[in-house]
Amino acid sequence: MKIKLNIWKQENPKAKGKFEKFELDGVAEEMSFLEMLDSLNEKLIKEGQIPVAFEHDCREGICGSCGLYINGRPHGPGDEIGTCQLHMRAFKDGDTITIEPWRAKGFPVIRDLIVDRNAFDKIMAAGGFVSIDTGQAAEANSILVSKIAADKAFDAAACIGCGACVAACKNSSAMLFVAAKVSQLALLPQGKIEAKRRALNMIAKMDELGFGSCTNTGACEAECPKGISIDYIAMLNREYLCASFSEAE
Amino acid sequence: MSKLESKIPEGPLAEKWSKYKASMKLVSPLNKKKLSVIVVGTGIAGAPAAASLAELGYNVKVFCFQDTARRAHSVAAQGGINAAKNYKNDGDSVYRLFYDMIKGGDFRAREANVYRIAEVSNAIIDQFTAQGVPFAREYGGTLANRTFGGVQVSRTFYAQGQTGQQILLGGYSALKRQVALGKVTMYSRRQMLDLVIVDGKARGIITRNLVTGEIEKHSAHAVVLATGGYGTIYYLSTLAVNSNGSAAWQAYKKGAFFGNPSFVQIHPTSIPVLNDYQCKLTLMSESLRNDGRIWVPKEKGDKRDPNTIPDEERDYFLERRYPAFGNLVPRDVASRASKERCDAGYGVGKTGLAVYLDFRDAVKKQGEKTIKGKYGNLFDLYEKITGDIPYKTPMMIYPAGHYTMGGLWVDYNLMTTIPGLFAIGEANFSDHGANRLGASSLMQGAGDGYFILPYTMTNYLADEIATKIPLTDTPEFEEAAKSAKERLDKFLRINGKQTATSFHKRLGHIMWNNCGMSRNEEGLKKALVMIGDLKKEFWSDLKIPGKADELNQELEKASRVADFLELATLMVTDALNRKESCGAHFREESQTEGGEAQRIDSEYSYVAAWEYQGDDKEPKLHKEELKFENVEVKVRSYK
Ligand SMILES: Cc1cc2nc3c(=O)[nH]c(=O)nc-3n(C[C@H](O)[C@H](O)[C@H](O)COP(=O)(O)OP(=O)(O)OC[C@H]3O[C@@H](n4cnc5c(N)ncnc54)[C@H](O)[C@@H]3O)c2cc1C
Repeated sequence: MKIKLNIWKQENPKAKGKFEKFELDGVAEEMSFLEMLDSLNEKLIKEGQIPVAFEHDCREGICGSCGLYINGRPHGPGDEIGTCQLHMRAFKDGDTITIEPWRAKGFPVIRDLIVDRNAFDKIMAAGGFVSIDTGQAAEANSILVSKIAADKAFDAAACIGCGACVAACKNSSAMLFVAAKVSQLALLPQGKIEAKRRALNMIAKMDELGFGSCTNTGACEAECPKGISIDYIAMLNREYLCASFSEAE
Repeated sequence: MSKLESKIPEGPLAEKWSKYKASMKLVSPLNKKKLSVIVVGTGIAGAPAAASLAELGYNVKVFCFQDTARRAHSVAAQGGINAAKNYKNDGDSVYRLFYDMIKGGDFRAREANVYRIAEVSNAIIDQFTAQGVPFAREYGGTLANRTFGGVQVSRTFYAQGQTGQQILLGGYSALKRQVALGKVTMYSRRQMLDLVIVDGKARGIITRNLVTGEIEKHSAHAVVLATGGYGTIYYLSTLAVNSNGSAAWQAYKKGAFFGNPSFVQIHPTSIPVLNDYQCKLTLMSESLRNDGRIWVPKEKGDKRDPNTIPDEERDYFLERRYPAFGNLVPRDVASRASKERCDAGYGVGKTGLAVYLDFRDAVKKQGEKTIKGKYGNLFDLYEKITGDIPYKTPMMIYPAGHYTMGGLWVDYNLMTTIPGLFAIGEANFSDHGANRLGASSLMQGAGDGYFILPYTMTNYLADEIATKIPLTDTPEFEEAAKSAKERLDKFLRINGKQTATSFHKRLGHIMWNNCGMSRNEEGLKKALVMIGDLKKEFWSDLKIPGKADELNQELEKASRVADFLELATLMVTDALNRKESCGAHFREESQTEGGEAQRIDSEYSYVAAWEYQGDDKEPKLHKEELKFENVEVKVRSYK
């Protein structure tokens, strides 16, 4: 099939970006979306043009590198997939596809479709860990965890840090990202000891880095490639409130 | 005298590591603060290493080419991580894990190293659990286990099919904690271009800032490469597409020996090649072979819907050939058996290059829900790519390039032949011999990083306390930075017609066909010529758009492909030299009547460590003889 592409091009963080139009012929249905972009780039290079910069690595939906805003949706049409898992069978001949980077104050554009998600690292450094040095750990089975809690913690821990939740949110809130980490660790006995500190510090960092507040629209959950539920945001709110009270004590 | 000193401590196998640890040199807390270490790589080896070294008090600089440490390729590991916990009471022990790895590696690994990794395996699980890694659990709250190929016990810990992600995030969180404490400085979006040696010791690296294009110089008292494997040399492989061999290759060109470069694991269960635009093959975890049964039709070219083919007309060829291990034979054995069936004309699917992996019986026996709990995300992954639903239709799978047992040669301290340069994780050659067993790479990487390197590094740094932090405005750093920059400019100047990707694809074909699952002298010799020609073409017809001082992904690719073109020659040279078959290295000239790999212990019971002699010069072969004092060297049989 033949498709029309409308792609955000921006040379560097300071440049003023704009949409550019491309046409691509010979697109096969079984191509992945990124393979389609690969073939566009191969064509552009051969024509002496500058290819479109976009991020990708594992190409199986787990590394979280690729994150494109496609026709107004993070990771494009389809539920619970990363951009690399989107296939061209979701489109048809003659379609126009608009591709943009994540748009959020916390994620400045570096080039074309690549944004800087360093803010997520900073939020993690603010408390997304259990303070345990190498070698201090107790025998693993001395900490019993119910299967239900472990499974629930896993569902939260499945976050790939892609940033779709932020891109989907009209307030550019990073609540789902923070909630996933805080909940994962709060659900496990290993993480309970620092739970309060963690919730307070991660939220404070998130606010400091320019992410907006959560107004419970659920857009993040709808676009999360790992299907992380906003129930975890409720859990985060509980943790946060509880921590704020005990801090006030 | 050869520089190949394995430095294996004296004493009985089970006591070597503990005795050695007790005799190692130490560095006082005050002196640790004055010492610095560079760690390149943030995967399951690098992140734990960096965090642990920082916890000890060293100043650590960490590098990765992704935008964040958490995206290192380890994140994609699926099935699990081994440990000798014996939680199942099924007879497991440190010795048995050690023995399984030695046998699985077809008696081409170093006993002492393998024993040590088995010894630290239990502490790894403790560490990850304490970090909050949500491993799978039993209803009673204890940790769950499953079985992987090549073994008869259940010792694999897992978190659904996302074990790599979960434990990497454990290591990453420890790393972030040290970043917050100011002991680790993180440099993401950096590509290491060269290693800097001052007075015979590794003292730093040259990197390119991938956002600005700036060439940077970084110095330290020691350098650790945790840069992963080079399986992407085949272009199509199960690895993340930006994985590469460049850091190890640059170290090799600076004098670090390369161990067994041709030992590459071809994984039996990957989604087959579907079309020409693909740039990667998606793995279907080995854990699936716990419940999935591999078969092809007994009739050649049988095009019926697999579900309509009755059992009597199916050839469960692994169960037939290897009744003791059945579908859980090691990877090299399973891959070759699939290839044998397909080459003989029994393959299925559009191309005939696929076999079935069938869950019909497992779903019937255990129910869809249980199967979903075990493999849900893998089944989803498969469905997303192929459109088929594995609960209902058998998967189609085929072998794909997956893991490099070969890598930088290291001694017992995990130090390369360059003093002060260490290599850990998949980047080194150490623990898997000629074939790696499933779920033991994460174990090796994490073990190296958490529990081995911090000790051996301290032992090395104890002699460096008087050394001032090396400066970067020395001739060595200037020279290395200059030549790195010149190389990039050279790529841009060629201004030919072909893209870096197109060269990579062609190289991949050459390697897959001649130095992949099955090798012979004629093919290998032919490959040497073809690689040489391709390299010439690359340097005269490459087209790289854009400039060097900006974000330029094509330029990044070009330097990776240029290194692969050189590494390919070394791999083929190594494969040619080893005229025996062992593990994943299958030389057609050396097989039994039944088509199994035939080792020639009298001639090849050694690690081939190659020394660089200059471009276009034959590398020099050093042999590290392998001594087996604790196991009986046998024919590896899974029948
Ligand atoms: C699909 C798949 C599934 C797997 N499943 C399992 C499993 O279930 N169990 C198991 O034990 N093993 C598994 N393996 C193998 C295992 O995942 C890897 O061997 C292991 O993760 C390698 O870890 P590492 O830390 O050595 O390197 P990697 O995780 O590859 O990390 C390499 C790091 O080095 C950095 N780097 C590399 N080159 C440069 C450079 N030039 N400059 C700067 N930085 C650089 C990268 O940015 C990255 O941070 C699997 C492998 C694949 C491909």
